[in-house]
This record gives sequence, structure tokens and C-alpha cells, in this order.
Amino acid sequence: MPTFVYMTRCDGCGHCVDICPSDIMHIDPTYRRAYNIEPNMCWECYSCVKACPQQAIDVRGYADFAPLGHSVRVHRDEQKGTIAWKIKFRNGTEKNFLSPITTKPWGQAIPKLAEVPAPTKEMRDGELLYNEPKWIRMDEGGLRTLKDAGLTMKQGVYY
Amino acid sequence: MFTINPFATLSAVIPPAVIQGYVLFMVALVAAGTLFDIIHKASAKYFFENMRRPKGRGAKPVGGGEKAAIAVQTLVVDVLASGEFCNTRRRIAHLLGMYGFVLYVAATVVMVFNPAAGAIWAQLWWLGGLMVCVGGYWFWFFIRVDVAAEGQSPLRVMRADLFVLSMLASATLGLAWAATGGGAGVLFGLYILATTVLFAGVPWSKFAHMFFKPAAAFEKRLSEADGSHENLPTLSRDDPAQQDRHSMELLKNAPMDMGLGIKREAPRHY
Repeated sequence: MPTFVYMTRCDGCGHCVDICPSDIMHIDPTYRRAYNIEPNMCWECYSCVKACPQQAIDVRGYADFAPLGHSVRVHRDEQKGTIAWKIKFRNGTEKNFLSPITTKPWGQAIPKLAEVPAPTKEMRDGELLYNEPKWIRMDEGGLRTLKDAGLTMKQGVYY
Repeated sequence: MFTINPFATLSAVIPPAVIQGYVLFMVALVAAGTLFDIIHKASAKYFFENMRRPKGRGAKPVGGGEKAAIAVQTLVVDVLASGEFCNTRRRIAHLLGMYGFVLYVAATVVMVFNPAAGAIWAQLWWLGGLMVCVGGYWFWFFIRVDVAAEGQSPLRVMRADLFVLSMLASATLGLAWAATGGGAGVLFGLYILATTVLFAGVPWSKFAHMFFKPAAAFEKRLSEADGSHENLPTLSRDDPAQQDRHSMELLKNAPMDMGLGIKREAPRHY
């Protein structure tokens, strides 16, 4: 079910280009609006559909299993902290859903992981952590970090 | 410099009738180019068919008065205030370019057809041209999405740039021509070339967006008013019945404004 863009709705902001995990949402060189450059490679994750501030992206179902006439549209309302879906079937049946996507205001409930104490001996011996301390090298010269690998992390939005 | 009509000084070299004829020819090119664009892309046909289609799905009919109110809203919010843009920088750049272009073109027409027009028109022409340059170059080098979101070089040129580049070239060369005393020299030739490309390139450029974007904004508002809303969900947390639902229990005590999530940051993670 690859995505497509309603060109008259798109304002070319680039949020879909930014978020697409397949890197197939690009900017059209003629109209400077977003478009899906390779629908076959779209894995229908709906990231771009949800990120679009103009609700300009829709998903087209393949005709063999999603015949014409249906509709699945979504509105991710960050300000209200909800996501709403409207599903229309070919026979006119309509289903509406509304669910929370956060319970606290964005960016204000960031866990301070550096201040969390290391696991106790009981926790490490317990079945919940199993081999994890070993694989993250807790006892062999510290944790693996981006810095150790010569990498840097680009500043981004923290939720 | 800012109070002199540059087209009045030009009339010593080129007959005023020729200059006026050129302006009228450019108007005709825009009209013809827009018509060609509409017919070639069948955009008007799509627009009217799409306007008719939601009526069947619509939950309620929209009366003439309501349509007029929607048209006024579209004009005030979407057209005059560029309300479509969610990025503030893009909105400011667009407003500068739009109002600058309107002032620049209107003052040009007034000064060409009335060489005795007051100094205010020359000042408006300068102001308009400078607004186009500020908004346009800001957009061109820093804001346009293929540079900001796709990581392309700011100097990469593509067909979508035909409109903004020819508009910038027209305003920049026009101002440079007027600043160097006018006349019919090389700068004037380049200014006319850029202006001709701007108005003759309508079928290949984004020029026609100033006609179809308001139509699309009106259609969007109309679909919201008739309840069809282009099949988009209409359930909202504002509705008390939704707040009482079991799945919304986690948001019972949460503020209605949770702030911005991913929109807190511009899409620049190429």
C-alpha cells in the first residue's frame, strides 16, 4: 500500500523526507512538493502520513486485496497527544478510533538515565538481565558508546 | 534615486508606446500561459470534479452564505496571510516575496502608463523589489526544502527554481539598473530578459501556484465545512464523550495542550 501525495495539499515542508525510513520520500524537482520516488520500496510504515502537518499524504491500497472505494486515514495530533484513525469500508461501514500517543507534555518527562544506579548483584544474577551486562561490557572497560567508535550524535528532538 | 521614475528616464531612448506594449504583452503571456497550464494539466477539470465529489459523501450541505464566509476566510487566512505554511520562516519569506512582488509589479505598471506618477510609486517600486530580494534570497539559500531537508547544494538549480530565480533576477537586475541611472544599457537588457523569462515561463514554472493554491485552500475548507473532511478522522480529545472513553483514561489529567513533538525541530536531518 504505497503512499502518495496530494500535490495541492503539500506545502513542501520536508517532514516526510526527514522521517521516511526508506528514504523514498523526496522533493519533486518541478513543483518542489514531496513525492514517493519508489512506491515498490514503501513498507507502509505510515511515518510520513502521520508526520505530514498538512495531512497531504495518503496510502493507496493494492487493488487485489484493497479494492477501490475504501479509505484509511490518520491524524496524529501532537498538541492534543492523540492519534485518530478513520477507516471506511467499501460497503460504507465506518470505524473511528482515538488513542493517546503520550501521557505527559512532549520533552518534559525525559528519564535521567545517567543518574540511575547500576544493577545490583541480585539483579545481575537474575533472569531478567541474563547476559546483558556481559554484552554491553559492563565489566570490560566500560560501555560501548558512539564516542568509543569515533562517532558523534547529531542533536535532535528528545521525547 | 528612490524618488525617480526609472521608466520616465527610459522614455528618452525607447518610445513610451513600446514600453507600454511590452507590459501589455507580458500580461497577455501570463494569461495565455495560465490557460495553457490549466488545459494541459486538466487542473481546473480536476478541481471542479473534486468539488462536486465530496457532496455525495458530505454529512451536510453547505449553503451559499457559508460558502461566502469560507471564501472570505480563505482570502484572509490562506491568501493574504499565507496561512498554509507551518514553518514560520517560510511563511515570512513567502509574505515578503508575495507582497514585494505585488508592489513591484503594480508600481511598474503605474509608472510605465503614467510617467508623471508621484514619487511614492518609485519608492513603492524600490520597496517591493527589495522585499522580493530579501524574501527570495532567504528562501533560495537557506529555506528551500531540497536544501534544508534533502541536503542538496544551495547552488543546485532545477526546474522548480525557474519561477523564484527569474523573479529574483528581474527584481535584482531592475534595482541595479535603476541604481545605475537607468537608460538602455546591458543591465536593462538583462533586466528585460529576466522579466520576459518570468512571465513567459508560466507553463513550465511555479508561477501558476498563485492561482491554484487559493482554489485548493478553498476546497479544503469546504470539505471541512460539509463534514466529509476528505475522509480524515474527525474524533478529537476536545469532545467530552471521547475524554470519558476507557482508552483515553491515561490522558484524564493531562493538559489539553501537550506542546509540539517532532515539529519542535525543523526537518533538517538528511
